[in-house]
Amino acid sequence: MASIIFKNVYLNDAVSIVGPYEQKGEIKYLNGINDFYDSEKTFEDAEIKMQKSVLDQILFKNNLNSNNIDLVVGGDLMNQITATSYNIRNYPISFLGIYSACASFVESIIIASNMLETRFFKKGIVLTSSHNLTSEKQFRFPVEYGCLRPKRSTFTATGAVSALISNEISQIKVESATIGKVIDYGIKDVFNMGAVMAPAAASTIANHLKELKRDINYYDLVLTGDLGEVGKNILKEFLEINYQIKLKNHIDAGMQIYAPDQETYAGASGPVALPLVLFNKILKQKKYKKILVVGTGSLHSPVMCNQKHTIPAIAHAISLEVIS
Amino acid sequence: MNKEQYQNLVKRKTPKENRLMNSIVAFFFGGFLGMLAEGVMQLIRHIFNLSILDATVWMMIIFIFVACLLTALGVFDKLVNIFKSSLIIPITGFAHSVTSAALDYKQDGLIQGVGSNCFKLAGSVILYGVVAAFVLVIIGVLIWQV
Repeated sequence: MASIIFKNVYLNDAVSIVGPYEQKGEIKYLNGINDFYDSEKTFEDAEIKMQKSVLDQILFKNNLNSNNIDLVVGGDLMNQITATSYNIRNYPISFLGIYSACASFVESIIIASNMLETRFFKKGIVLTSSHNLTSEKQFRFPVEYGCLRPKRSTFTATGAVSALISNEISQIKVESATIGKVIDYGIKDVFNMGAVMAPAAASTIANHLKELKRDINYYDLVLTGDLGEVGKNILKEFLEINYQIKLKNHIDAGMQIYAPDQETYAGASGPVALPLVLFNKILKQKKYKKILVVGTGSLHSPVMCNQKHTIPAIAHAISLEVIS
Repeated sequence: MNKEQYQNLVKRKTPKENRLMNSIVAFFFGGFLGMLAEGVMQLIRHIFNLSILDATVWMMIIFIFVACLLTALGVFDKLVNIFKSSLIIPITGFAHSVTSAALDYKQDGLIQGVGSNCFKLAGSVILYGVVAAFVLVIIGVLIWQV
């Protein structure tokens, strides 16, 4: 069994901040930075600053301070999850750092929910961020090189999201979760992350439905992380062929962030893409009651790609229920 | 579905690149850049009364400088997006690759940062350029001198 049902876990609040590209996109946000440095010296510092700002804001908004928080779970895309660790060093809060690339946010919620379910922990914060240029630098080419990108490539979103998660009843219940398996379908193309992650997403969705004995129509919406246009199409067909699951109400978060004229090709990626869309669009619409949120992460390392290895991927799922 | 079937599915769902269009753009703008370089070279030659060889060196210095400046101003990557490989293949691309890598690491210090990383992309051009020149010279000598 890789699925867990939670009885007392709720998402109480969320705060997000976005970068310049996202502000010009399709969704309206409350907080944003206007350039990639945000008056810091380096991109790395800018990412840490964004994370700090969402963590401070969520504490302030809910009248909390570091002593009220039992646990922070979080991660980002940088090597050694730098942004999160360097941000949290300023707070006297217990911290679990995690990495599953763009599935990090969902993994954080799963871990935090488990801790809260034990009732030993009362309040937790999940945290994630990504920065287009820190990841571009780390995973691809130098920032100003501006290497031509193919149409299948995705664009790492810039932003940070924090969410308060506790036993206190709120409108959004974390109802259940499924922990994913690492899946590798032999893709070597570092530009085609959608194709890398689609089988992992399919496996987790199928596993979730099977273990909890649910039909896909149980959910009003399946929200995947950052498959992009290519991955979304692949997932649909892959689920039908391999698992006989017909995906009807499916939104890919990566495809919601940018406007079509922004030349971001297949869509947004990065651990922050999914929570940005979830908190700033999907949950605000109040249209869906039962949502299956599937975070997808490509676990590639540039070193292993250079050494001609294929790219593994993982997907974790949580089921959210909107209580009205 | 096995891995091969999956590769087929991926192939089917992945959008095709406009290779022909990109090549045509690169061909014409690359050619235009060459023409421009020739013009600049001739201009220098006549104004300063230099030999073709000297004027060519000056022209290259100008092109390298302009490319580096545009990279530093954050314009070059946008131009690459429009003019494709026509700016990457000539010497401007080489200058651009060195400057962009150096810019990335400027905060990491002069030795560990800029010094050890500025040839991150250009290093292979230099290495294989030298190796290719070496091999070709040997072949040339064997053909024409023996």
